[in-house]
Amino acid sequence: MMTLLINGETRSLLRAAHIAELIRFLGIKPDRIAIELNRRVVKKTEWGTTRLQDGDRIEIVQFVGGG
Amino acid sequence: MTYEITDDPLILAGRRFGSRLIVGTGKYATFDLMRKALALSGAEIVTVAVRRVNLSDQSGSSLLDYIDTGRFMILPNTAGCYTAEDAIRVANLGREAGLSDWVKLEVIGDEKTLFPDTEALVAATKALVKDGFVVLPYTNDDPIVARKLQDAGAAAVMPLGAPIGSGMGIQNPANIRIILETMTVPVIVDAGVGTASDAAIAMELGCDGVLMNTGIACARDPLAMAVAMKLAVRSGRLAFKAGRIPRKLYATASSPVQGVPK
Repeated sequence: MMTLLINGETRSLLRAAHIAELIRFLGIKPDRIAIELNRRVVKKTEWGTTRLQDGDRIEIVQFVGGG
Repeated sequence: MTYEITDDPLILAGRRFGSRLIVGTGKYATFDLMRKALALSGAEIVTVAVRRVNLSDQSGSSLLDYIDTGRFMILPNTAGCYTAEDAIRVANLGREAGLSDWVKLEVIGDEKTLFPDTEALVAATKALVKDGFVVLPYTNDDPIVARKLQDAGAAAVMPLGAPIGSGMGIQNPANIRIILETMTVPVIVDAGVGTASDAAIAMELGCDGVLMNTGIACARDPLAMAVAMKLAVRSGRLAFKAGRIPRKLYATASSPVQGVPK
């Protein structure tokens, strides 16, 4: 069991996962999003191999309207 | 990409654009309205913000569903960042989301005015340029800061006309002119444009382009304003290239003074 902080919200995972699995678990479409793990951008090519650990802070962002 | 190339293109970082109007995608009442306004504006570059995905509710449609990325170049901004470190992080996220390595760099110094923290802006520009970004910094009308940004490798400088969303127009045309005289990179007025004449004035001063969001999105009729702004940028540019008459205190008659029937 691990606790993650995702976009400022505390979420728990029952087992270890990598980022790609987390995205699927959250039901987020992988297109046109970017992910930061502990303040470091994780390239899409690394999502399948970057394992998450208890206490990790994740930001999942997309493009929205702006000036 | 299909850009309409004219014989007076805007050249940014070696890339040619037919339109000198850059528009934002924020503050529209609906995505559909935004899409129509973007099309009517004739813009080829549109800015977007980078924000958290809503984990609890992903049912809503997404911005990019309404922007044809084959037609428009997406320019991510770093709005909402108050430190160079945050702006650099957001720029990297914007690049990673996959559409370009261009960034409209904002490092804000104050919530009420949204004026840039120019010290942090210059530092962030240096770091991002070094990391291969094409940086378009939103700055103030201080020619010294503009020169520092150019020296730092910015692809253009983008001085504000007035505070973001204020609609006050070009508050300091004299400084904008000084910036134009001292820069070798393009100068694009970004922020404060309220109506068509503001955009035309910026172009008549000699600016290379204008960036606006609120001026169109929050007009009573955004679609009509999008057209007005497109025409204003074009007419201002034409007037600049045509070479205006000087301002004089006294009159010079337009009709012959001799031969008046008496």
